[in-house]
Amino acid sequence: MARTALIKVKPRRYKVGDIVTIASIIMHPMHTGLQKDKKTGKIIPAQYVKKIEVFYGDEKVTWMDLFPSVSANPFISFNLKVTKAAPLKIVWTENDGKVTEKTIQIKPKG
Amino acid sequence: MNRRNFLKVAGLATSAVAVSPILLKGTATAEAKPQKKSYEEALKEITGGKPVKDSDKVKLIAPAIAENGAVVPVKVTVNHPMEEGNYVKAIHILAKKNFDPRSISAHLTPANGRAFISTRIRLAKTMDVVAIAELSDGTFLKAEKPVKVTIGGCG
Repeated sequence: MARTALIKVKPRRYKVGDIVTIASIIMHPMHTGLQKDKKTGKIIPAQYVKKIEVFYGDEKVTWMDLFPSVSANPFISFNLKVTKAAPLKIVWTENDGKVTEKTIQIKPKG
Repeated sequence: MNRRNFLKVAGLATSAVAVSPILLKGTATAEAKPQKKSYEEALKEITGGKPVKDSDKVKLIAPAIAENGAVVPVKVTVNHPMEEGNYVKAIHILAKKNFDPRSISAHLTPANGRAFISTRIRLAKTMDVVAIAELSDGTFLKAEKPVKVTIGGCG
């Protein structure tokens, strides 16, 4: 099951040569493997997002290694230099191999 | 095959079957247990033993007092050009006294235009947050900031 993910570009209007901020979020509990279930007393197994990869067109622009001490629903924001109209794809990989993908279009105006 | 041999073989086979699940289970639990790391170990993992300089080029923005340790917003900006051959290769964020001090390692390229990352991390208790910038020529710069936590966020 794919998880819910969102990508936002700020500001909303931009042109070629601008540096924009990309904000991304994925709905994920980020279990560290240390917490205990309050009802059963058993340790919740570790489950977290391990890797985030960002592709702009065909080029791999940024990639990130995450560790369990990132908050639940990991929010990541970074900069991108707009050079062309191309799709921006972000791929989230979890420690058990589950993959979530989301693609948006970068459309510079003027 | 006479009766004596048959009994020997059958006995060995049953005992092997009985013992194997215990052995398998033992190794599986040993692997799954996470290991506690110290800040020095985590730092060595990133830098490989190279010196890390304090620098005001690295700007770390984090709240002085975080009410909830489960969600601490952290922003890191590095004042460095992002050109081919001279750029910020990676930004690492560490929390000194966490179970695993490494929080996030972001690998950047010149296509980013600016060395900036913003995220939210967990802090178990009051501690220093460290941002390390890795430049393309192999030098490491860092900035530190103490964050006071009222309610811890790990477990």
